[in-house]
Amino acid sequence: MSDTALGHHTGGGTTRDAYFEMVRRKRLYGGLTILVFVVLLVSGFVLADGRNAGGFWNGLSQLGDFPATVVAEAWESRADMPAHLVTYFPALIDTINIAAASTLIGVLIGGLLSMLSTRGLAPVPWLIPICRRIMDIMRALPEIVLALAFIFILGGGPVPAMIAIAFHTCGALGKLFSEVNENADLKPVEGLASVGASWPQRMWLAVVPQVAPNYLSYALLRFEINIRASAILGFVGAGGIGYELKNTISWGQGKFDEAAAIFILLFLAIVIVDNLSDLARNRLTHGGKK
Amino acid sequence: MTDAVMQSEIHVLFRRKRIMALALPFMVLAYLAYVVWTFDVVGLMQRAEPGRAQTLLADSYSYKTHITRSNRTGDWDAAIEGERKGKYDEGVFPAWAVLNDTGMTIALNHGHEVTVSPEGEMRYDVPGFGLITALPTRRGIETNLTPETAPDWVNMSNTRLSITTRGGRVNVTKSKTEVFRYFTGWELFFFTLDSPYHGHSVTEILFGDQIDPTRGNVAGALHDFWMNPMWHHHQVAWAMFETILMAFLGTMGAGLIALPLAFFAARGFNPLRSTRFALRRVFDFLRGVDGLIWTILLSRAFGPGPLTGSLAIMLTDTGTFGKLFSEALENTDKKQIEGIQSTGANRLQRYRFGVLPQLMPVLLSQILYYLESNTRSATIIGAITGGGIGLLLTQAMITHKDWEEVTYYIILVVLMVMMMDWLSGWLRRKLIKGG
Repeated sequence: MSDTALGHHTGGGTTRDAYFEMVRRKRLYGGLTILVFVVLLVSGFVLADGRNAGGFWNGLSQLGDFPATVVAEAWESRADMPAHLVTYFPALIDTINIAAASTLIGVLIGGLLSMLSTRGLAPVPWLIPICRRIMDIMRALPEIVLALAFIFILGGGPVPAMIAIAFHTCGALGKLFSEVNENADLKPVEGLASVGASWPQRMWLAVVPQVAPNYLSYALLRFEINIRASAILGFVGAGGIGYELKNTISWGQGKFDEAAAIFILLFLAIVIVDNLSDLARNRLTHGGKK
Repeated sequence: MTDAVMQSEIHVLFRRKRIMALALPFMVLAYLAYVVWTFDVVGLMQRAEPGRAQTLLADSYSYKTHITRSNRTGDWDAAIEGERKGKYDEGVFPAWAVLNDTGMTIALNHGHEVTVSPEGEMRYDVPGFGLITALPTRRGIETNLTPETAPDWVNMSNTRLSITTRGGRVNVTKSKTEVFRYFTGWELFFFTLDSPYHGHSVTEILFGDQIDPTRGNVAGALHDFWMNPMWHHHQVAWAMFETILMAFLGTMGAGLIALPLAFFAARGFNPLRSTRFALRRVFDFLRGVDGLIWTILLSRAFGPGPLTGSLAIMLTDTGTFGKLFSEALENTDKKQIEGIQSTGANRLQRYRFGVLPQLMPVLLSQILYYLESNTRSATIIGAITGGGIGLLLTQAMITHKDWEEVTYYIILVVLMVMMMDWLSGWLRRKLIKGG
């Protein structure tokens, strides 16, 4: 009712009508967007369901079967569990080593690439677009592609996975690092340049101290991601805990107790590393005290 | 503070700095050395097969045509990559292979030439080396080379002779004689040999005479390209779509599930501490179990396919989004909510008009960012669950045969990821900054 009163006060309903017209149109567009989105989602789901080997509703009822079998088998031979955990611990270390080494290589090469592709830091300007495109391609290449190619050449094992993950990490970190570099203060760089420092000296002494905390924080985040990636690559033959998981998880081997041990190891490793890196990153971004 | 104290402090600081500056690179090097040792990189390099890398690289941008003589019947045939789908018709050969009464004459690259007499004697005059002859007989291969005089690009035994030069490759065994000539490019990428449009240019197809009397040129050509039995363009396109579908369904589904749950996990929206805590742990669990394990568990129930992949992405990302959204909710400004409340809005209206507009930028940018990153994950998950371009890629790689197809898929995947990257960036700018 207050609307009508307001309308009369402002002298005529044209403004109000125009306003409500706009509101109506906004609602219509918003509703249409949501409708299109829902239709896309539902039809996509139906399509994916049709292409899948087993249907969704059938599978839903069987969802618990496999975990139940694994848990039951693991429970039956629960006495062996500590032994299994010890058996597969070296494989977990392999997986973590793959992730750590590839993150380290990624930080070193990605850092270099990022400095070569940041305006103001790059030694030669024409390198900037080239390095950026190189990083784009490195980032876009899924790890599994390189891993499979290197498994073909080098044979199975952790090294193909390491190379593949490192390659992707270089691109991903390089992009994040170059964003960090753009916020770096150029005055120290100019200061060092004025006393005749070479390019590596300028980068190492003027830029790295400014960007190191952010670099480290991104590198830790990447390390978490890389642990997952290295577990997945193990599954296609690149060694580590993923490979052991693939061997124990196949049907009819009676090794589900060992698979359960691997599940536990992987889960714990991911949770522990996640939390540790969360803690470290919080300290890095909020300063040591908080 | 006296000068002496300051000086000694500075000395301590400098010493610490010096130690750090040396220790850090040393530690990095030590760790890398440990990795080299523990992964047995040296042994691996010895076992590695660089020849395979060569095959892979050469095959990715070139193809070979096989000209084969059956040494039992004396018949000849020609096939691209030796595949049935690339086979020439009976008695038809490419222009560089001529069959007449004096035998077969095959011109290879760089002016090399191989002739095979009607009796089956292979003669190859290798420039800079000399004539190599080989006659397959019942007892074995009779050749003018001996294992002592054979150069290292010839591989020979009693029953087999294989010559690899820069002109091409010749294999002679008791059962058949094969000559390979290499060409740059991807073979039969548009039309296979059985298509009437093979060998016609674009202008001929678009503006020339009707090539196939039963079909229009453009429609026929498009159909033959799309259904190309060697490259399977329609299957590849479908696989790419499936991969994007997995990423889309997984990300959006996760967002839709995580949004309401995040309200229950955020301080200030759910007063019950215990349910908040429990939900947080559920999110942690979903994230911690990881896509790999979810994929395995789900594929046991739903079988291989894109649905399994989408659900795996959805479960993992529900954990991630739940954590991110609830943190964003805790950071929302309470004043707007109170303002809406003062107009008499109920709880749902308060959330819709007071909270959601604040949350939207975080929500959209995270979802769009994950959509891009999940396209890559969907490729990898597809390789495990058997869906999308990931499956095609692993299949092509595991057969170790068609590396040009692998290259094709890799290029497509890289383009797809770059396109999604661009699209998500564009949408983020449009939606969040309001175009």
